[in-house]
Amino acid sequence: MEIVEGASLPERTFTVTRADLIRYAGASGDFNVIHWNERVATEVGLPDVIAHGMLTMGLAAQVVTDWLDNPGRLLSYGCRFTRPVVVPDDDHGAQVTVSGTVTEISGGEATITVRAVCNDATVLGKATATIKVG
Amino acid sequence: MALNPDFVGRTYPPAPAYLVGREKVREFARAVQSTNPLNFDVEAARAGGYSDIVAPPTFAISLSMDAAQAVVLDPELGLDYTRVVHGDQRFEYSRPIVAGDELVCKVTIDAIRSAAGNDMLTTRADIATVAGEHVVTSYSILVARGTDESSA
Repeated sequence: MEIVEGASLPERTFTVTRADLIRYAGASGDFNVIHWNERVATEVGLPDVIAHGMLTMGLAAQVVTDWLDNPGRLLSYGCRFTRPVVVPDDDHGAQVTVSGTVTEISGGEATITVRAVCNDATVLGKATATIKVG
Repeated sequence: MALNPDFVGRTYPPAPAYLVGREKVREFARAVQSTNPLNFDVEAARAGGYSDIVAPPTFAISLSMDAAQAVVLDPELGLDYTRVVHGDQRFEYSRPIVAGDELVCKVTIDAIRSAAGNDMLTTRADIATVAGEHVVTSYSILVARGTDESSA
């Protein structure tokens, strides 16, 4: 790990199936019906069941913390939920590919810009983490 | 329906302390597909300088969303929860949450505004140990989509 401007974090692709949504619902306590019930999801205008935004944000966090020698370096982490990750009822699920780049270093902190892509579309907006350097 | 602006700055009484369980951390870590030994292995966490296994960065949401329920369900606020989506989320950390932490979560309404027919509510959840050590603050923006179809 070398924290220099322009450094790329190792990319990781996560598969998210319906079973993964149920697992996250139980682990987090977020049982919103649109994350497991296709009937309700389509009734409220969604194309299908969608992943919890916080699940996608949680997957993306792994790319940052796995790159750090110490997760205690993480100072902040935030994003917008710009597009839903649609999870079909099949054996393949959805694929979310997460990458990160060090975009700025100043005042003992580095900013990592995180990119999460599903079906060629960015699903998290303005996703950034700041970390302590040195 | 517009949200009641008098609620900005309102702080809600904290829920009883949340004891962070080792198995709950492992369960959450599996759910976010972590492969990091610090999230699972006590010895690895201790070797890394932590008293017990380390929770993934978004674990705090389980506490803050739970505590925020008191706010979003307050009938005087006027939030129609069936139209609410999570728009934006940010965490500011003093340190990672570790198993064994006993945490108190205090929720404040930071901002209420309207844009493009939607109501936006910013809540801040300050999470600290029962001894008063700040651990993480969670900022959530909830968006209540307007009933006007053209702005949805």
